[in-house]
Amino acid sequence: MSTTDKAPVQDFATDFDHTDPSWVKDPYPIWDDLRQRCPIAHTDRYGGAWLPTRHEDVAAIAHDTDHFTSWTVVVGNGRPGEDALPPPIGVAPPITSDPPFHAMARRLLQPVFAPKQVDLYESYVRELCGKLLDPFVGGSAIDASLDYAEHIPVGVIAKMLGFPEEDGEIFRGFVHTILEAVDKEPEERIEDFQPVIDYFTARIEEHRENPQDDLTTFLLEAKLGDMELAPEHVFGSMLLLIVAGIDTTWSAIGSSIWHLAQHPEEVARLKSEPGLLDTAIEEFLRAYSPVTMARLVKEDMDYAGCPMKKDDWILLSFPAANRDPDMFENPDEVIIDRKVNRHAAFGLGIHRCLGSNLARMEMRVALEEFLARFDSFSLADPDAVTWSQGQVRGPRSLPLTLGNF
Amino acid sequence: MKVIIDSEKCQGHGRCFSLAPALFDSDDLGQGVVIGDGDVSPDQAENARLAQENCPEYAIEIEES
Ligand code: HEM
Ligand code: SF4
Repeated sequence: MSTTDKAPVQDFATDFDHTDPSWVKDPYPIWDDLRQRCPIAHTDRYGGAWLPTRHEDVAAIAHDTDHFTSWTVVVGNGRPGEDALPPPIGVAPPITSDPPFHAMARRLLQPVFAPKQVDLYESYVRELCGKLLDPFVGGSAIDASLDYAEHIPVGVIAKMLGFPEEDGEIFRGFVHTILEAVDKEPEERIEDFQPVIDYFTARIEEHRENPQDDLTTFLLEAKLGDMELAPEHVFGSMLLLIVAGIDTTWSAIGSSIWHLAQHPEEVARLKSEPGLLDTAIEEFLRAYSPVTMARLVKEDMDYAGCPMKKDDWILLSFPAANRDPDMFENPDEVIIDRKVNRHAAFGLGIHRCLGSNLARMEMRVALEEFLARFDSFSLADPDAVTWSQGQVRGPRSLPLTLGNF
Repeated sequence: MKVIIDSEKCQGHGRCFSLAPALFDSDDLGQGVVIGDGDVSPDQAENARLAQENCPEYAIEIEES
């Protein structure tokens, strides 16, 4: 079913839908209104779901793995079937895992994403950004989402997994299949997936015969306890990195450029005070947080006055938490030198984004290289900017007019 | 003045070691760790507060001496 068949939302407090066109266009006023009038909203859509919009409630639920499970983190009409890997594992450990299994699955990947490891990829990212941008230097237009932001995380993940560079186009196609699969019915999904499975299986086999210094070999050699990872676990982890690492970072880079394209004075300031960029990036992450997660309620219970039922969804909106005036002064203002910024863009609690160090590095290098090449840029047409629908929010087309004066 | 990380609360968000690299570092898993015994020299006092106020997990404590 496509979302255009759905009834438009009349009242977000009792019938919210995060795929409603008004939410896709501009969710912030919706959350501000809910926070005041109904801080944990409800909907019967998707078989029942709740939406906390205050930082306090989002933080409490993210930390409460006793009452909420991560078994699936993407809201849909169905719930995982009997054939799905049961909690506490789920299909894509560690993101779909609960304690105590979660810690083991996470521990396995943590060393790969530690800051010192991630720094090793910085020069690759810088070179990639340069290659993407150089053809546009001296020109008058670029789509900062399609021509630039999208390619950066795709290139990085392919590099980390050790996939051949000349497979770039094929890999990009698979990324779309995987990301779009989230919205499809199971039968359709399986059909679309076969080429992806074949491609990954071939790369896994190559790495088995000929180990490399990359993440694929690392996963193949990794041990849980003293057991090698099951092939599904290796494959699941590769999929997770694609699902978790690509449209998230693409969105974060895109939203930052979208903001700057409307604020030439901030572009000028960042060029003269490059030391401010890290602080500005944290503010872009707060104000335009790309990622909303989900949880399932484990058992019927009364939670903060809400009669929650087993298998109700929680739409865990880190983006709404990051706009809560009880937590942030002037939350709807983007203040690139905001000093106190305890934002939750990378989540809270045990599932804190494993890729946060990598994502921050990609954002910093992407913005540095962009600012280094273009002195002025603006939205070619504000209405031509389109935003993604679903739990990851960012510009999907972002046509800019370039000026080099 | 001394900084302490409550390792039960720390989830490795990394704000401390970016904002106050003289006081905090990351371990091989990416979790935050205090450098040395956590003593804060007067010229690092502001950075210590900055790290404390930006930790999303409220994991940093400051002991005033
Ligand atoms: C700006 C970009 C990104 C944002 C905003 C973001 C956001 C998030 C959030 C909010 C979570 C928490 C999930 C939950 O609580 O259920 C998460 C988890 C995760 N992210 Fe990211 N992410 C980004 C980029 C990346 C990248 C680049 C990677 C890896 C290549 C990555 C890998 C992961 C993994 C593996 C988890 C699961 C961790 C666990 O369950 O222990 N993310 N991310
Ligand atoms: S900022 Fe807080 S959660 Fe992050 S590494 Fe430092 S102490 Fe840990």
